Amino acid sequence: MENILEIKDLHVSFDTYGGEVQAVRGVNLELKKGETLAIVGESGSGKSVTSKTIMRLLPKPAARIKSGEIWFNGKDLTKLSEKEMQKIRGSEISMIFQDPMTSLNPTMSIGKQIMEGLRKHQKLGKQEALQRAIELLDLVGIPNPEARVKQYPHQFSGGMRQRVVIAIALACNPKVLIADEPTTALDVTIQAQILDLMKDLQNKMQTSIILITHDLGVVANMAQRVAVMYGGKIVETGTVDEIFYRPKHPYTWGLLSSMPRLHSKTDELLAIPGTPPDLSNPPKGCPFAPRCPHAMKVCVEYMPDYTTLSETQKTACWLLDERAPKVEPPEIIAVGGAGK
Amino acid sequence: MTETAEREKLIEVKNLKKYFKVGKKAILKAVDDVSFHIYRGETFGLVGESGCGKSTTGRTIIRLYEATDGEVLFEGKNVHAKMSRKELKEFNKKMQMIFQDPYASLNPRMTVKDIIAEGIDIHGLAKSKKERDEKVYELLETVGLNKEHANRFPHEFSGGQRQRIGIARALAVDPDFIIADEPISALDVSIQAQVVNLLQKLQKERGLTYLFIAHDLSMVKHISDRVGVMYLGNMVEVAASDELYDNPLHPYTEALLSAIPVPDPNYERSRERIILKGDVPSPVNPPSGCRFRTRCPLATDICAQVAPKLREAREGHWVACHLYDDEYKHAFNK
Amino acid sequence: MMAVSKNEITQDMFQPAVIDKSLQEQVSGPSIGFWSDGFRRLRKNKAAMVSAFIILLIVIMALVGPHMSKYGIDDQDLKRSNLPPRISALANIHWLPFDGKNEQGVDVYKERGIKQDLWFGADKLGRDLWTRVWKGTQISLFIAVVAAAADLIIGVAYGGISAYFGGQVDNIMQRILEVLNGIPNLVIIILLIIVMQPGIPAIILAIAMTGWIGMARIIRGEVLKLKNLEFVLAARTLGASDSRIISKHMVPNTMSMIIIHTMFSVPGAIFFEAFLSFIGLGLQPPKASLGVLINEGYKMLSLHPYQALFPGVIISLLLICFNIFGDGLRDAFDPKLRQ
Repeated sequence: MENILEIKDLHVSFDTYGGEVQAVRGVNLELKKGETLAIVGESGSGKSVTSKTIMRLLPKPAARIKSGEIWFNGKDLTKLSEKEMQKIRGSEISMIFQDPMTSLNPTMSIGKQIMEGLRKHQKLGKQEALQRAIELLDLVGIPNPEARVKQYPHQFSGGMRQRVVIAIALACNPKVLIADEPTTALDVTIQAQILDLMKDLQNKMQTSIILITHDLGVVANMAQRVAVMYGGKIVETGTVDEIFYRPKHPYTWGLLSSMPRLHSKTDELLAIPGTPPDLSNPPKGCPFAPRCPHAMKVCVEYMPDYTTLSETQKTACWLLDERAPKVEPPEIIAVGGAGK
Repeated sequence: MTETAEREKLIEVKNLKKYFKVGKKAILKAVDDVSFHIYRGETFGLVGESGCGKSTTGRTIIRLYEATDGEVLFEGKNVHAKMSRKELKEFNKKMQMIFQDPYASLNPRMTVKDIIAEGIDIHGLAKSKKERDEKVYELLETVGLNKEHANRFPHEFSGGQRQRIGIARALAVDPDFIIADEPISALDVSIQAQVVNLLQKLQKERGLTYLFIAHDLSMVKHISDRVGVMYLGNMVEVAASDELYDNPLHPYTEALLSAIPVPDPNYERSRERIILKGDVPSPVNPPSGCRFRTRCPLATDICAQVAPKLREAREGHWVACHLYDDEYKHAFNK
Repeated sequence: MMAVSKNEITQDMFQPAVIDKSLQEQVSGPSIGFWSDGFRRLRKNKAAMVSAFIILLIVIMALVGPHMSKYGIDDQDLKRSNLPPRISALANIHWLPFDGKNEQGVDVYKERGIKQDLWFGADKLGRDLWTRVWKGTQISLFIAVVAAAADLIIGVAYGGISAYFGGQVDNIMQRILEVLNGIPNLVIIILLIIVMQPGIPAIILAIAMTGWIGMARIIRGEVLKLKNLEFVLAARTLGASDSRIISKHMVPNTMSMIIIHTMFSVPGAIFFEAFLSFIGLGLQPPKASLGVLINEGYKMLSLHPYQALFPGVIISLLLICFNIFGDGLRDAFDPKLRQ
């Protein structure tokens, strides 16, 4: 499978009154055609900034791409002009956001909002675009689309609005869909509906999806490959099975063991102590070292290289160096895979 | 845990109703005839999706809202009865609340020290400034923060740290009962575990009783002894937390459990999901009879006509569904 | 990805590191209170700083100016009637109006044999305009500040109480407000002036009676928002009394709005007073306020424009600078606009 999107050594910083905040510090990612890649991390990990950088949607005076390349369709997206980016946004790469309430324009009808992209990118006439909009509403599971296409966002519920947002994003059949926490703001029963819908549409339209989330359950449900981010860097990547059943990075262990499991009994959750690092003054070594129970002197001083564990799994951790002591992952990881 | 028969009921909620007027004529029945009790020393989880009324229930119990009907008994005394200022202050000391939004739950203009000490100031629990400071430092350490944090302002802290400041504030008056209203929903996953572990530690050390309100059923199951499931203002099922998971009786509970994505790819690939159709109806105009019937895969005619009552279907396991009502269960072809 | 040569990293570096546990909960950076953060932002705003400086300058002149010349505000001398302004040091810069020449280009000082420079010239009755203008500024500022303070006190109390207690109280108070707002200001003022004699107290009362409504509405909006925020609910569950909630929780969080709005109501009051004086309902001669002076100067505008120039420039500067400074304050302190 070829790579449809490639991020090479991306560095993004924000200039604030307190100094430079290095939000993304050397990220490398590939997205293959037709797959779902999940970027997992907590607040401050840099996952949202990475995705917004692909779309070049970061605030201009404050944010800047310090270095790196983003290759899509033979072009480096970091070097394109705003006009050229506008041709790509919505037609070749689309994005959906977390909050369906604010993602839609409250003063425009749903139909008009879907038609905007169709008319601009695919140059459809008004009637054609309207027909297509109705088809799209049907595709995302909105009942009675002919009537609802004229309605306004406030007449839809949260889950319905997110479906509309997905319809707008997929209107021009983009090659890549970036979904930034698409179900976090939804109730869990609605979330199940939306995730199902996204998987279904991906099958039909062969879209590649970058899914950004902090919810490991959603990742297990939807993704084929996973990249774990912490402190502006990717600390581990692998297939979804590798990350959940054979993770090698202590942060990934920490994430997996701090989640309560519906299927097993745990007395105490293994919490990761402390808080994420301050990226205006990033640590010189591994960003996770201050919170890592296995931190060694070398971790504090030097950033670890990536160790390639398989064709798909890469981990950046000094524990994998041959000179490091052998450390066992916490019990819950070893037990993992025991489902009902 | 002691036998059910011997245990003291710290909180008893009896037929609680809380209605809000919306607009000219419509009434929002946020909490409609809810009954349950909480034993001293246990954690009772209250779970449900948005609009189910769980937050409103919590706030009505602690008197932030006046009850429209029904009663709430704390140690046998009616919380909503007319009380003198002194009696009211006693209640305030015994019942406290932790809120959801770590960014709105702390006054941005006050230092952490003043925020935590507010309860101490109101109830005169410290006789000198030194004693006040001592108490604040002690509380900061209890929740895992440092003395140095006392003179800083809320905006300098992360979400998880702010939530812990909120816990310290609640603990300052030495309460018996704490209502935690979605205390971890706005926090990162690894931070959620920190806060939950802290709450459990405090419960062991101080013999606290918790009402834990949340929409994340896995976390609720982990921390609670017993769980109540709410839907659109009604309590639909109450059971011990393991029992609820192992034997969910109400179709809504089954769907809720089924919808939760589990961090286990093999399980996710193989599971059969119950996906509910449609959206949650508006609480201003709830469906007649059983409110869940519009989305229930098993609903029949009787569900639209008669609202089911909460009945004890197995020992300690209560459910409000006609499937378990001897009078009506024959109407279903299961 | 940094490639580190294997030689740099020795075996003993793979020993466990000593991590300072207290660093895990570290809060970095100095403690910045709300006010110091805001002031820092304000200082960066050059336009606001310049405006503040100009206002300060005018205030100082208003206090000191009248004493700088030896004439009082009502010293009349027909020999000095309509004397153009003259500052000897600037007399030779012809595009400045300080050369002592009248519209026909005649050096009036020479003509009339007057030795003493009048920096702002004199009016029809020969009164020194320098003294009158600065005294007038003093009076205008005084009226504006007292009126704005009255607006503040009445407005904050009314809006705050209305919003805090809510329900029926809020309903009734708002209806009263709407009725009061519906009565045209001019009608109230004319009635007041008829009842009281025109003078400083009457004008202050007039402005105060109509200006508080804006403040009350803004404060009501803020308090309604604050009332339902969780930290206020937390205070209630802790058992805080209403007065404690208002003083410790509501007021500090509305303070910035109060200050900003007051900063805008001062120029409004200045202008309103000038307007009243201009239409003859303000101060009576020989008292001078900026409005009175502009009115008098207006009558001589085609013959002796300098008589309207100086009070006009000063009142314009005051209005512009207060507005710019108010904008700067709002940008620096309004929590909604913060990044």
